[in-house]
Amino acid sequence: MNKTTNLIELSRIANNMRANIIETSSRTGTPHLASCLSSVDLLTALYFSVLRIDPDNPKDLNRDRFIMSKGHGAMALFHVLAQRGFYSEDRLLTYGQDGSVFAEHPPTPDHLAGIEAATGSLGHGLPLGLGMALAASIQKRSYNVYAILGDGECNEGSIWECAMLAAAQKVSNLCAIVDFNKWQATGRSQEIMSLDSLVDKWRAFGWDTCEIDGHDMGSILSVLSKFPVASKKPTAIIAHTVKGKGVSFMEDDNNWHYRIPTTEEVVKSKIELGVLL
Amino acid sequence: MRNAFADELTQLSPLDQRIVLLSGDIGNKLFDKFKDVCGSRFYNCGIAEGNMMGVAAGMALSGLRPFVYTITPFTTTRCFEQIRVDVCYHKAPVVIVGTGSGLSYAKLGPTHHSLEDMAIMRTLPGMRVLAPCDATELRLAMRAVLKDNSPAYIRIGKKGEANIHPTPPKFKIGEAIIVQPGNDVALLCAGNMMSETLKAADILRDNGISAEVVSFHTVKPIDEIYLKSASTRFKLLITVEEHSRIGGFGSAVSEWRSFTKSDVQQIILGTDDEFMHEVGSQSYARKKYDLTAEGIAARVFESING
Repeated sequence: MNKTTNLIELSRIANNMRANIIETSSRTGTPHLASCLSSVDLLTALYFSVLRIDPDNPKDLNRDRFIMSKGHGAMALFHVLAQRGFYSEDRLLTYGQDGSVFAEHPPTPDHLAGIEAATGSLGHGLPLGLGMALAASIQKRSYNVYAILGDGECNEGSIWECAMLAAAQKVSNLCAIVDFNKWQATGRSQEIMSLDSLVDKWRAFGWDTCEIDGHDMGSILSVLSKFPVASKKPTAIIAHTVKGKGVSFMEDDNNWHYRIPTTEEVVKSKIELGVLL
Repeated sequence: MRNAFADELTQLSPLDQRIVLLSGDIGNKLFDKFKDVCGSRFYNCGIAEGNMMGVAAGMALSGLRPFVYTITPFTTTRCFEQIRVDVCYHKAPVVIVGTGSGLSYAKLGPTHHSLEDMAIMRTLPGMRVLAPCDATELRLAMRAVLKDNSPAYIRIGKKGEANIHPTPPKFKIGEAIIVQPGNDVALLCAGNMMSETLKAADILRDNGISAEVVSFHTVKPIDEIYLKSASTRFKLLITVEEHSRIGGFGSAVSEWRSFTKSDVQQIILGTDDEFMHEVGSQSYARKKYDLTAEGIAARVFESING
């Protein structure tokens, strides 16, 4: 599937992807469904409109890099990579089976085209991305590095270590997008670690920071079109999202961090998403 | 050794554009020459070793060859998960350098001792673990790891260590160097205990015992060829390291003996399973754990005299 800036088309792609992710979760018993659904619009905008990547040449030295720092969103990443053409969607039929590369978290780049980093242990993806962003300047390449972080992931000290170094080094080709769905595994992210104000925190750490509706495709494209900023700062986008976005009985219900949908719930979800009439 | 590290990297960096140096806010003035030669490839990553290791892995995945440098506990135990996941799981060719290893910083207290580093680094798939015995071996090790496309950990002392090799020996990762041939027992040393080990060999010689002294500059992969040969020539191997007796070089040799069902006997010399609470110099600390020439020789006499 090719790149597009057509908002209706992007929303259609995102909805189809949501349905595919829900089906995969149900079929394979893979958790973190709601965490995946909150990222889908961001991933769709990146992969179908923003990233300078070529699925036929996934190791192009000048490609943009994307890291799913919240590695438990792997199911969404696997589907977007397949839809973007890095591998056949049929390969996803092996998801979760013995010997498959498709698990709850992304494998290493050596094992699946399109993957830039094996994440899953939180707080690792952004530092890896900073290393890649610094490498671009050392090697005089012009690529950008994007990472999606969870708000729960912002509990990790390494995120803030990275934020300070990136700002000190004036790394403008690094963009952190926080999928701010207001939940982490066992509760409200604000109650567990006092995240507020996430926007002020990133700004105070020296990043060019803004807030958007992480499900508004127009807003996502608009803010990403302004990156990298001229101020020689790294960019942080705090994307307000809804955990379980797209399915009424999953939205903002943290039980769906781990719950697996039944066959009936898959059908119900698809009807709501408008992909099964 | 740390001066040799800085000097060697300064020499290598113009020749190899992949080299990047990441420091955890140490080495004040130590890297001034490196910065003069290629300041754009020097990064002071602050006191944030977890992030530093991840950044290094990201650089290595982009084709660079980062050297990560700080005091040993902070470049090993502090950021072990980043080494495990970002470096080793990705097979990212990061060179991790720990300075002040073992009891080099005995005076600074156990927060700055490193008596577990080889043990934990050995457990990581694909990780090379190197413990050069002097500045010459360190320089050769640095050149060797740059030709090797694997994660590597190099454990070094501080400064003022004796030079063991008058001329550069043949150096290959995983190939031990016979420093002094012998016939009766083999003293196998990993790292900065080599001076004491050689002195121990002198004491043994004065008492009619011919000791072979070997530098195991590579602890992983262990030199199985030498060990096989030594096990046919000697009845007793003595491993010497400024490291806990648990999990380090001695353990690596012991694992080999077990795996190969070897009959050769082994004495593991290292530190006790404890934190050293009293303050002291490196030589004081070594005496405490019998890691001296006299201590090494005494263990050989005990064993031989039964």
